[in-house]
Amino acid sequence: MDFSLNDIQTEVIDSTRKFAEKEIAPIIDEDEANSHFRRELFPKMGDAGLIGATAPGDYGGSELGIMEYSLILEQLAYYSASYAASFSVTALPIKIIEQFGSEEQKQKYLPDLITGELIGAFCLTEPGSGSDAKSLKTKAEKSGDNYTINGVKQFITNGGQADVYIVMVRTDEKEISALIVEKNCAGMSVGKLEKKMGMRVSPTAEMLFENASVPAANTIGRPADGFRVAMTALDSGRISIASIANGISQAALDKAIAYAKEREQFGQRIIDFQGIEFMLAEMATELEASRWLTRRAAYLHDNDLPFSKEASMAKLKSTEACMRITTDAVQVLGGYGYMEEYVVERFMREAKMLELVEGTSQIQKLVISRNLKKD
Amino acid sequence: MWFFSEEERMLQDSMQNFAQDQILPLAEQADETETLPEGHFSKMAEMGLLGITVPEEFGGAGMGCVEATIVHEELGAVCASTALTYLAHTILFVHNLATNGSKEQKEKYLPDVISGKSIGGLGITEPGSGSDSLAMATMATRDGNDYLLSGTKTYITNAPNGQIFYVYARTGDGKKDVSTFLVENSFEGFSHGKKIRKMGMRGSPTGQLIMDQCRVPKANRVGKEGYSATHMMRNLDIERITIAGISVGIARGALAVAQRYVQEREAFGQTLSKFQMIQKMYADGDAELHAAKSLVYEAAKRWDIAKSEGRPLGKKGALWAARAKLIAATMATKVSLDCVQMLGGYGYDREFPVERMARDAKLNEIGAGTNEIMRLIIAREELN
Ligand SMILES: Cc1cc2nc3c(=O)[nH]c(=O)nc-3n(C[C@H](O)[C@H](O)[C@H](O)COP(=O)(O)OP(=O)(O)OC[C@H]3O[C@@H](n4cnc5c(N)ncnc54)[C@H](O)[C@@H]3O)c2cc1C
Ligand SMILES: Cc1cc2nc3c(=O)[nH]c(=O)nc-3n(C[C@H](O)[C@H](O)[C@H](O)COP(=O)(O)OP(=O)(O)OC[C@H]3O[C@@H](n4cnc5c(N)ncnc54)[C@H](O)[C@@H]3O)c2cc1C
Repeated sequence: MDFSLNDIQTEVIDSTRKFAEKEIAPIIDEDEANSHFRRELFPKMGDAGLIGATAPGDYGGSELGIMEYSLILEQLAYYSASYAASFSVTALPIKIIEQFGSEEQKQKYLPDLITGELIGAFCLTEPGSGSDAKSLKTKAEKSGDNYTINGVKQFITNGGQADVYIVMVRTDEKEISALIVEKNCAGMSVGKLEKKMGMRVSPTAEMLFENASVPAANTIGRPADGFRVAMTALDSGRISIASIANGISQAALDKAIAYAKEREQFGQRIIDFQGIEFMLAEMATELEASRWLTRRAAYLHDNDLPFSKEASMAKLKSTEACMRITTDAVQVLGGYGYMEEYVVERFMREAKMLELVEGTSQIQKLVISRNLKKD
Repeated sequence: MWFFSEEERMLQDSMQNFAQDQILPLAEQADETETLPEGHFSKMAEMGLLGITVPEEFGGAGMGCVEATIVHEELGAVCASTALTYLAHTILFVHNLATNGSKEQKEKYLPDVISGKSIGGLGITEPGSGSDSLAMATMATRDGNDYLLSGTKTYITNAPNGQIFYVYARTGDGKKDVSTFLVENSFEGFSHGKKIRKMGMRGSPTGQLIMDQCRVPKANRVGKEGYSATHMMRNLDIERITIAGISVGIARGALAVAQRYVQEREAFGQTLSKFQMIQKMYADGDAELHAAKSLVYEAAKRWDIAKSEGRPLGKKGALWAARAKLIAATMATKVSLDCVQMLGGYGYDREFPVERMARDAKLNEIGAGTNEIMRLIIAREELN
């Protein structure tokens, strides 16, 4: 057993930090207040080699593992959970096309998604179906060499900003397929842009499909592979969300410690009160447990071992820890914690999202229990 | 509550109608625009709420802590911002003045604050002193028939929009040399700081009171010079009980939304309410809400009984208020976050009110004394 990071991993952490310090840190507080998304950051992330971390070299990727990818996300989220979320979503089409797409699809989309010239989105959720994704209603009817899509997708990260949408549709009563839909497809439009509790830089939109026509060749894998495609993407997506949670938690913990060392009340630093000491100790312990659970899930994935249960455990633990850690960070800062200027309140608002996406906490528990029942 | 009198039940009914009809429709706007909706104060004045605890001879409603808590709970259930601003005005300013002010001061200031013509607030907290309130640095020095106040009060509810403030300042070198002043915003040397942007309670304006050689007539000193430290602490009891009432309201409001939602929304072929994980979140929230509510109203009832018997509760009052606030505030944060969870992605969406309720709820673990300070008060009474 080896818990140390290797040279590549250390370098990945360093370069992500450098990138985020330079490009994200200076603008993020104001952008979050104004819900301002900067598309131009994507090519820069691409340049820094972050987006294609796990993709094959032939298409411009770096052929790293989920472990390294998890480290990247953790560092990005430390500076901006919104960009980490948008980034992890653009990575879903990359992962899906790389794993299930045809050579033609790979050639066409991967290089530009990896450089960040194109942004990706993943459309599974609908107004009436979230956790129960299988009951989705968006229909695609085949006519000649085309599919005609009708339906509504809900809560789509990067919706409206993305160029490449992977859309899960019903191609038959019992058949879910994954289709690639490009931005300028007539019949696809952006509906309502959601106003959210947090993650305000990261756009979340409703996507409307009204007789949107795409070539049947845009099907990923075979028709009917759609649900498997979606679930495979979500399995590793859970490691991503866990990593984002750990990044936010670290940022909240760092801010809480720094503040508690500075602030004095009753003639002493508040960090010397046991009431603050135990809170900080619990926050740090929760984070450490979450981080290693996440890295173990990444390790299993990278070594081609079953990792679905561990990915769910990592997601459940890390996001719930993040919620508690950020809420306590607000508490440590007292009245200051409640004010936008001191930023920790934003972490708390961001944390809540992570308990909902890529399978809610309740769904993670179902996945874990299903695994426990197996033997 | 089971022990509510006929009058208390009537108040509860009329408050529920008022909150539904007048306050709820503007709650989202208050949060979004970070301003208290125009007209809220005059409507509350019409309802006779602004002087709720003030004796009738001074134009108030002559009610007690239970009634005040009912009002806070009902406002809190629909719009916690309105409830918080109401608290700062009615409890922190009006009630304190009615309890501690002289006849002349009451006659001069109460009519306008009870009619809603002017809005009040209270200033204890300073940039350097929050939990350790007695470490305040604002100084009041005598200058002929006036005092000159210098210092900054921060995180003051209603500071940006208020006209009259109940301000504590130091009048000597001893830790407890604290006096109280009624400071009008028109006084020379007074300025409002800018409005501060917050996570929640956004409809309730928060800001600074900046006093630079602010000239306050001696007649505006409340009580004797240097004798305010004890008052300041005692006045906090009713503040804590009523703010705990807001927490009860928030949790109740959020659970009501979740209750409707999980009975309508379907997943995997059944309504969410059929899943045991949803049942657990809802049932735990419901049980914790009722536990907190019982405690909060017990504290309020004790406050009323002690007052009617003319024997102040003293340290026992602080103890009950701390218990009520600690339990209600932590409960409301947890329960409102769980309600967001029960609504799934829709809970995170600002079109549903639960995410606002969760942002609002967190304040009550900090304002009016943090959780940690509540624990210190309980420990001080029970462990030494
Ligand atoms: C900011 C944001 C970004 C998002 N981005 C995307 C995106 O890019 N692409 C995309 O496709 N989707 C996206 N989503 C949608 C997200 O994945 C869903 O919100 C999530 O899957 C939950 O679905 P739901 O909102 O319909 O909640 P529901 O499924 O209606 O769940 C409501 C509640 O019921 C619980 N529940 C559901 N089923 C069960 C069960 N069987 N047992 C016990 N409890 C259960 C849930 O845990 C939850 O507490 C995003 C959501 C948000 C908030
Ligand atoms: C929205 C809002 C409205 C407000 N309205 C008003 C108002 O109208 N009037 C007014 O005067 N004030 C008001 N306040 C201020 C509020 O009362 C203070 O924020 C609160 O008392 C905490 O003080 P602080 O923020 O300075 O935190 P600090 O006292 O600096 O506390 C920081 C952290 O240290 C902890 N801590 C402090 N001392 C100890 C100890 N001895 N042991 C263990 N832990 C400790 C605290 O619990 C907290 O976790 C308001 C605050 C907010 C956020």
